[in-house]
Amino acid sequence: MSDDDIVFKALADPSRRLLLDRLFEQDGRTLINLEAELPHLTRFGVMKHLRVLEEANLVITDKVGREKLHYLNPVPIRLLHDRWIDKYTERRVSALTDLKHQLEKKNA
Amino acid sequence: MTKTQMFRVYIKATPEAIWEAITSPDWNDRYGYKSKSEYELHGGGEYRTFATEEMRTFGMPEIVIDGEVREADPPKKLVHTFHAFFSPEQAAEPGIVVTYLIEPEDNGGLTRLTIVTDENNSPATLSIVTGGDGKLTEGGGGFPFILSDLKSLLESGTSLQD
Repeated sequence: MSDDDIVFKALADPSRRLLLDRLFEQDGRTLINLEAELPHLTRFGVMKHLRVLEEANLVITDKVGREKLHYLNPVPIRLLHDRWIDKYTERRVSALTDLKHQLEKKNA
Repeated sequence: MTKTQMFRVYIKATPEAIWEAITSPDWNDRYGYKSKSEYELHGGGEYRTFATEEMRTFGMPEIVIDGEVREADPPKKLVHTFHAFFSPEQAAEPGIVVTYLIEPEDNGGLTRLTIVTDENNSPATLSIVTGGDGKLTEGGGGFPFILSDLKSLLESGTSLQD
């Protein structure tokens, strides 16, 4: 699998996206802390999802004393955007931006 | 309380090439925002990032970011303070600490580059490095954008913007 495949696969699960959302709101959280966000999953389930996110480089762990903290890494999403999504959206976005500028100029 | 954030990318390049791309003014104006940065590579040394011509046309000062080098251990670790002047809010804040960690991987000629930011009472400064919600054309993008472009430059020889 390519790096892109691994990131897409990691993102293709609602529980994993929820974990990323929670880390986006509050970074540097412990496993116990993240478990509380997903009461429908077992500890093993949460650990499994975190491992998939870590393998995709979307989550980085850091040991501080005896605690293992989890951080959101947004860079793989930016890489997907720059190498894959951008080529389809760029033209449309710039057309909309041009339209916005034209309309704003008219109203000025 | 200090807020820590991390940005990590794997690049097919040597640690030395990555160190050079970050610290050398001949390299660091070729990717990301294309603004030249100068580092005095020793503890207590000066760090400065200069406005590009385009930034100057928007009324930015000549030096848009400055700081002090806290640690320089080529090609492994660089720590410096980061005090930005893109807006009065940022200029009034104490600023953040930026740490670069460059670690070779065991296989495949890959090097792991991690940027750690530590922030205290400097939300406006932090928002430039994390990219916020801003579009690149409006100055958004931050470290995710810079690292993505650095990877492109070192692996393919061209910036994503060329």
